[in-house]
Amino acid sequence: MKGILRLAFKLLVNDSAKFTALIVGITFAVLLMVEMTSLFSGILNKSSSTVINIGAKVWVMDPAVQTIANSIGMPDYVLDAVRSTEGVKYAVPLYSGVALVKLRSGTYQAVTVIGLDDASLLGRPTMLQGRIEDIYAENGFIAIEDTEFRKLEYPKLGTDFELNDHRGVIVGIAKVASSGLFGTPTLYTTYTRAVQYIPSTRFTTSYILVEPKSAAAIPHIKAVVNALGYAAYTREEFVERISRFYKYETGLGTNILLMTTISFIIGLSISGQTFYTFILENLEKFGALKAIGAKNRELVAMILFQATFTALTGYGLGVGLCVMLITLAKLRIPDYAALITYGNLWLAFAMVVVIAALSSYMGVRRVLRIEPFDIFRG
Amino acid sequence: MSVGGIAIDARGVNKWFGEGDARTQALRDVSMQARFGEMLLIVGPSGSGKTTLLSVISGILRPESGTVSIEGVDLWQQPNDAIAEFRLNRIGFVFQDYHLFPRLTTVENVAIPLILRRRPWDDAIAEALTYLDIVGLKNRAGLPPVKLSGGEQQRVAIARAIVSQPDLLILDEPTASLDGDTGRVIIDFVKHDVLNDKRCIVIVTHDSRIFEYADRILRMEDGKLNGIDRGGVR
Repeated sequence: MKGILRLAFKLLVNDSAKFTALIVGITFAVLLMVEMTSLFSGILNKSSSTVINIGAKVWVMDPAVQTIANSIGMPDYVLDAVRSTEGVKYAVPLYSGVALVKLRSGTYQAVTVIGLDDASLLGRPTMLQGRIEDIYAENGFIAIEDTEFRKLEYPKLGTDFELNDHRGVIVGIAKVASSGLFGTPTLYTTYTRAVQYIPSTRFTTSYILVEPKSAAAIPHIKAVVNALGYAAYTREEFVERISRFYKYETGLGTNILLMTTISFIIGLSISGQTFYTFILENLEKFGALKAIGAKNRELVAMILFQATFTALTGYGLGVGLCVMLITLAKLRIPDYAALITYGNLWLAFAMVVVIAALSSYMGVRRVLRIEPFDIFRG
Repeated sequence: MSVGGIAIDARGVNKWFGEGDARTQALRDVSMQARFGEMLLIVGPSGSGKTTLLSVISGILRPESGTVSIEGVDLWQQPNDAIAEFRLNRIGFVFQDYHLFPRLTTVENVAIPLILRRRPWDDAIAEALTYLDIVGLKNRAGLPPVKLSGGEQQRVAIARAIVSQPDLLILDEPTASLDGDTGRVIIDFVKHDVLNDKRCIVIVTHDSRIFEYADRILRMEDGKLNGIDRGGVR
């Protein structure tokens, strides 16, 4: 069979015009499919960045909260009630809000401010410069060095700024796992300072971060919180809730799905049509092979090999091209959201398999139907 | 096989095409024999059934009735895969339009029957090169068929047909696309260099210029054998 497949390979690649068209079609489709789904993954990842960065196991919030950015303040008794719930190891408040800071240059810049629990600093970032305890220093803020860091004009330790007529000082520079979706730099400070500096509503606790004693205690904690009229989600559930909001409530998911489907159809059209034409042009030759003594299963193996080889080559090139484009884009646009996940790659691979299967199915049908006698008949 | 023995024995072969009112009989109770060491020509006007007969005796087209024995094997009693295997191992084909693969080199085209017989690629190419040498085209081995003249392409097709050393060689209108001189050169080559005592060659042709090469000529008309002539002056 090796020789027969080599024959199929030569028939395919030696027809350079069609082979190029096939490869370009599949590469282009894969590029678009991976790019679209990666953009979506990147956006979803960034939309949950605070949840990922803080890392608490259970989050308590107002049931109307749909994304991390639109938190709704909760009264203090909720924190007390959660703390006294059986199965809770500890629970701390978290402030999450947006503020406008005036930089040294005089420009105003919107920032995300995260106020960590004063006592535990649960969810603190990884320090790159300075010490975490300096967050307690007067006016102390920690700047996150991510893709938005430049918008703070590359602050150093000791750089000060103005926040709602309060002086803020950078006492540390830190990093987090994931930067945010909305292109704003992030500052960490203590919960107390955050609610003191930033104009806020009557209730100031955005979220309550809960460490359960065990995973088994989580359902009970959720039930107690629900009984209070609030919602408790595990980290994964909260990320999923945020993702669901962006997928189904913003139109983003529909648009991405549409673009991915269009990419698939383009790939299928170009590759399917070209492959079918390739088979049609070689139909008489396949008939001649049948007459010489090739069996149907050998001809089917040849066609499937050609389709598979084309699909895999196009897939590899498409993914490679997409990685290159995303890398280049990230060099130019640091907060470019695209994120290639195994899920995206599998999805694109599955679609390429469908393209190859449909293209070869049409070809196989024609080849199986041709009779060697047709070759004699001309 | 035995020298002068019967290579093909067809008896009472009938073949129809089409359905209902359009149903026509292409072969009417045809019986014929071909022997080893013989070059047999099947001639007749268009639509006389000669290509149909050629297809039936070479295991390509199943007749409605009648038997075809090749070297004593009742061909149409075999399953389809066995018939395909039989064609691959025992029969060589030269098609009217050659049907060479334009994207393969000449030598790769010749090697196809060997590759289908699962011979390792390099062995098949080496063997094919020997046969290209036999047909005088070794120096064209690396070229695609489209770079060759009509006569050269015909010789490549012959090399492909004989590379697996078949007992039976089937040629369909081998001179139809060639000028008179080239046609005669090709048939002369087939007669003197390809035909031997252990091989039977059957040719379907319109071309009266090559009748002189035949050992026997079967004349067909309206699906029936209309006479057998002796040829063989050359």
